[in-house]
Amino acid sequence: MALLDEHGQAHYFVPAPSHWPVLGAVALFCLGLGAAFAVNGMLLGWWVLALGGLILLRMLFGWFGDVIGESVGGRYHGQEALSFRWGMGWFIFSEVMLFGAFFAALFWVRQVALPTLGSLDYKLLYPDFSASWPLQTAPAAGPAYQAMEAWGLPALNTLILLSSAVSLTWAHWGLLLGRRAQLKLGLLITIVLGLGFLCLQAIEYHHAWTAQQLTLSAGGYGMTFYMLTGLHGLHVLLGSAILLVVWLRVLRGHFDQQHHFAFEAAAWYWHFVDVVWLLLFVFVYCL
Amino acid sequence: MAIAGLAAVPQQSHRPHGWRRWLFATNHKDIGSLYLWFAFCMFLVGGVLALCIRAELFRPGLQFFQPELFNQLTTLHGLIMVFGAIMPAFTGLANWMLPLMIGAPDMAFARMNNWSFWLLPPAMALLLLSFVVPGGAAAAGWTLYAPLSVQLGMGMDLTIFAIHILGVSSIMGAINIVVTIINLRAPGMGMMKMPMFAWASLITAYLIIAVMPVLAGAVTMVLTDRHFGTHFFNAAGGGDPILYQHVFWFFGHPEVYIMALPAFGIVSQVIPTFARKPLFGYTSMVYATSSIGVLSFMVWAHHMFVTGMPATAQLFFMYATMLIAVPTGVKVFNWIATMWEGSMSFETPMLFAIGFILLFTIGGLSGVTLSVAAVDVQLHGSYYVVAHFHYVLVAGALFSLFSAVYYWFPKMTGRMYVERLGQLHFWWSLLWFNVTFFPMHFLGLAGMPRRIPDYALQFTQFNQIASVGAFMFGLGQLIFLVNILYSLRHGKTAAQQPWEGGNTLEWRLPTPAPYHSFSEAPQLDVAENGVVVAMQGGKHG
Repeated sequence: MALLDEHGQAHYFVPAPSHWPVLGAVALFCLGLGAAFAVNGMLLGWWVLALGGLILLRMLFGWFGDVIGESVGGRYHGQEALSFRWGMGWFIFSEVMLFGAFFAALFWVRQVALPTLGSLDYKLLYPDFSASWPLQTAPAAGPAYQAMEAWGLPALNTLILLSSAVSLTWAHWGLLLGRRAQLKLGLLITIVLGLGFLCLQAIEYHHAWTAQQLTLSAGGYGMTFYMLTGLHGLHVLLGSAILLVVWLRVLRGHFDQQHHFAFEAAAWYWHFVDVVWLLLFVFVYCL
Repeated sequence: MAIAGLAAVPQQSHRPHGWRRWLFATNHKDIGSLYLWFAFCMFLVGGVLALCIRAELFRPGLQFFQPELFNQLTTLHGLIMVFGAIMPAFTGLANWMLPLMIGAPDMAFARMNNWSFWLLPPAMALLLLSFVVPGGAAAAGWTLYAPLSVQLGMGMDLTIFAIHILGVSSIMGAINIVVTIINLRAPGMGMMKMPMFAWASLITAYLIIAVMPVLAGAVTMVLTDRHFGTHFFNAAGGGDPILYQHVFWFFGHPEVYIMALPAFGIVSQVIPTFARKPLFGYTSMVYATSSIGVLSFMVWAHHMFVTGMPATAQLFFMYATMLIAVPTGVKVFNWIATMWEGSMSFETPMLFAIGFILLFTIGGLSGVTLSVAAVDVQLHGSYYVVAHFHYVLVAGALFSLFSAVYYWFPKMTGRMYVERLGQLHFWWSLLWFNVTFFPMHFLGLAGMPRRIPDYALQFTQFNQIASVGAFMFGLGQLIFLVNILYSLRHGKTAAQQPWEGGNTLEWRLPTPAPYHSFSEAPQLDVAENGVVVAMQGGKHG
């Protein structure tokens, strides 16, 4: 139902013309063009890519700056807030589907491709290949590698992310109860835990790549491992950046018990990233 | 440039002028016009590529293009028509009409709306640019199947990044549509009363949000296979080329409905107007649309019957596909029942809507034929498939778009299009469309493969008929362009309610629609399909 209140429908906020979207389009054009050149080994591509990144950052700062200004300036009321929440919800749904594509790849590789490649039909092509998971080599025998161990760093990382969900919820309570110190501390702890997660993941990657010979080309196991955890890692990075912005806004005195959509959106995103990690831990590391 | 008729619009508050108006737009009508014009330009570009294909296929042997270039033409024709023409055109119409039809002041996220649009030109630029890079454009067909897509030159990389950008654009556009419909309806415009066009746009947007990320995932895996050493689609590295097809078609089949459902919505507005009767079976229309939205996720592997999947899977996907004929049949039945004993008149929008019903049904029936796994084994990859999807995409999606543009042109611009030219455009398109695509059924049944620049001698005559038809059909679209350009300046002034039977909310607005409409929401009493019974208040400007 269309939610209405005395501030709602009558004054729904329609922003004035803005140059940020076009700048964002220029940025993505540079990123796309630069990336296409860069992956084909053209030096120019990296420069175009960097330019696109800079423009995108400028756009994000400007655009979010405008939005934050409008929010603080009291331009948003109940109906706008509801729009934002629906928007964030659908955005997260699209992210779920993105991860779905890569999880589908993992399940397909394990449940369909692997038994097929190990079957009698393929003995002629890959006589030495044995269909076990995690794979020890690719079918067309690359160097042997070691699979990841779940109960070392990954388990610690699981603990870290779960703790960060707790600290974030604790911060949320602080916000709702008007305890600003608790809010600030909880957010800070969450950000530190997020960055800690990323550091540990970097260490894990480094060890896997060098000591375990587990690379992107290391067969069905290596590629699904890096693509899924890598995509997740990018989301942790983005989530941490969002939380950092929210934290800086809290330090400036933004948000109160009623108006704190940005905090909620960041929290939803963080919990989403958390849940994805639990699935990863089960399906990539444990099983 | 005269974009959707602005001469007659009264001056409104804070409206930018000149190029800033279009580049920095936050007005849903401006952004809608941008979408529509952009889509039409891309329709012409994609159309020229199609004519290149038909020119080459006029005679057996190689005339104009080497096979490599021919493959690039078919690939880019498909990608441009799907992502550059049809999807943006529907998004443009949704932008223009949804706020007017549900009583919203604008789209929910007006700035993001502009970003959604302005991402399209860069993405299409990347696609077209790929023609001139070493190795040429992507040549793997619009489906970009591995392993071809893994092996091609850097045109493929440009295509991959273009698709990423298009994905960002359409996901944002879709979120905007969903949130606008959920949250910005005027009081009284209940979900089970809003126009079918709004329902169709809602389900379509939901499909876009669900499957565009999956396509992004698929092409990302192609990218990492190409440049970062993964082997998702290479058995020697532990992957599987069939995996690509599954991921792609999990996107690709709902994508078919992304291009069909808005058409259903448009026809469900046009038919009642010109039959001067309420839409028959509104509630069943809503449920039929929703169930198509659900079923579309469960049928993707019918595109893959010849990949050697188990018989159980073939049977499942075959029956699930046939099931879609049920809600689709409900719709066709309802449209015909709406016309039954109606007081019909046959202005151009109605002609295109009726043409849509007729030809889309033919395309739907050839779809049921293809859904039979045993038959599909024969017809897969043949011109029968080409005939089938052009019946649903050209006579389906495109005809509905023409219907919509003629239908809402007076409300958008304040002027009437030239009816005689509109009628000519319809009959011309109807005739030459069938001349082009009907023979392709026979070609496919006789075994002519698609995406091949040369063919055996016995296919010559039907190919020549199809090629003549294609050029004539293409020529006919200039009638449309001339009609629009002429009517923007010289068309007769339109009444507030140019169609006697038009009784949804947009016809309650002045003509042309004011720059800012419903800045204060009206109080509505609405019957099914958005028919306004009574309206109070509602400020503009």
